[in-house]
Amino acid sequence: MEIPKTFLGYKREDGRTGTRNHVIILPVDDISNACAEAVANNIKGTIALPHSYGRLQFGADLELHFRTMIGTGKNPNVAAVIVIGIEPKWTKRIVDAIATTGKPVEGFSIEGVGDIDTIARVSKKAQEFSIWASEKQREERPISDLWISVKCGESDTTSGLASNPTVGNLMDKLEPLGVHLCFGETSELTGAEIVCEKRGNTPEAQEKFRKTWSSYNDFILKEATDDLSESQPTAGNIAGGLTTIEEKAFGNFQKIGGCKFIDVLEPAEEPTKGPGLYFMDTSSAAAECVTLQAAGGFNLHLFPTGQGNIIGNPIEPVVKLTANPLTARTMSEHIDVDVSKILSREMNLDEAGDELIKATIRVANGRLTCAEALGHKEFVMTKLYRSA
Amino acid sequence: MAGTDIIIHDEKDNVGVVVIEKITPKQDCDCWIMENDKSVKIQSMDEIPLGHKIAMTDLNEGDTILKYGHDIGKVVKSIKKGEHVHVHNVKTKKW
Repeated sequence: MEIPKTFLGYKREDGRTGTRNHVIILPVDDISNACAEAVANNIKGTIALPHSYGRLQFGADLELHFRTMIGTGKNPNVAAVIVIGIEPKWTKRIVDAIATTGKPVEGFSIEGVGDIDTIARVSKKAQEFSIWASEKQREERPISDLWISVKCGESDTTSGLASNPTVGNLMDKLEPLGVHLCFGETSELTGAEIVCEKRGNTPEAQEKFRKTWSSYNDFILKEATDDLSESQPTAGNIAGGLTTIEEKAFGNFQKIGGCKFIDVLEPAEEPTKGPGLYFMDTSSAAAECVTLQAAGGFNLHLFPTGQGNIIGNPIEPVVKLTANPLTARTMSEHIDVDVSKILSREMNLDEAGDELIKATIRVANGRLTCAEALGHKEFVMTKLYRSA
Repeated sequence: MAGTDIIIHDEKDNVGVVVIEKITPKQDCDCWIMENDKSVKIQSMDEIPLGHKIAMTDLNEGDTILKYGHDIGKVVKSIKKGEHVHVHNVKTKKW
């Protein structure tokens, strides 16, 4: 198949391209959620991104909070941003960082004003942003403006056999075209960590991966009360036939095909070494991982599932594929691409990869994913440790 | 090609994955080895559902399970060729 050279996206002020055109109302902290949700309810064409944290965090955990907030606002799928926090200082820090992209962004704080007046003031600005963004048009953009993140969930053995290798096939075909790619799930590479480390294309990248994986593994060993058998593999994984974390890891690893990664990113860190594959240090929990990848600037997500994970994200469209024929049948409203014919050998990997590329480009052009149509907007901050 | 009941990733693997809705005891199954495109046959001993693993050889306690050509865990209860391989007889070597 000849891969299209372009797709239809929204060109942003900083040169990046969005596959979506969201106006977001971003609360800095948990107590500003109510205000953000009230504004999004008032003003059509905006979405609120409520979450559970943002107060009394400190150190690396606070830095990750800021990085996630700022990265979410900077993502090219976002046309304009309203930031609402309880107090002005942290709010301003987020606004100023998002403003470096050149996109419209405005901050509001609630202290000394109260919810009701804040909602009125913010609604006026949100209306202005929403109407402004509605005039943005899609235009032809190079395929290399796609930044694709991947993460699998509710995996079973069909994931390792077919749906993850399908994503790997897509990576093998898109990487030479200058697309940015990202995989994560540090803990779920356990068992395959040595094989994965060798995929670093420089000694520095390999070393960085080794340190990142070891530190996550040490943390798990420190906190685990038993052998993690209740969590990794999950009950869904086990029902689907996955027996051990090692088996899950080798299946997971199929998603990167034959690609080598050029750098290891902190959670929610934006890649800066040009096109190619990146590894991001993330949890293996679906919503946390995709939220971090979206904050890293990725504008389209591919999500292979076995037993049927139903996740979506508010700003990054999540394309779901499965090779499990039962899941494709019983949960069809969640599945964008059915590659179960690989198992019956009526479809080969090359054909499945082509199908996935076609679906990816249609979604990049604006086709709603199943998760978007169903209203899935899981925005989940990663928290590293207790607040002060 | 229709008629594949079990897929094996790598020639070295000692387990295969059931890819039909289920296989039943004493069923003669067709297996496809992805790595070299070879076909082999095996008779099942257990009922095994879609996605679950079948032992391609007899395995003793302490043996290593190979899948994707890699170590994915250890046998904790001996397994006969054709039997269901899962959490009741295999455990992780990690954690």
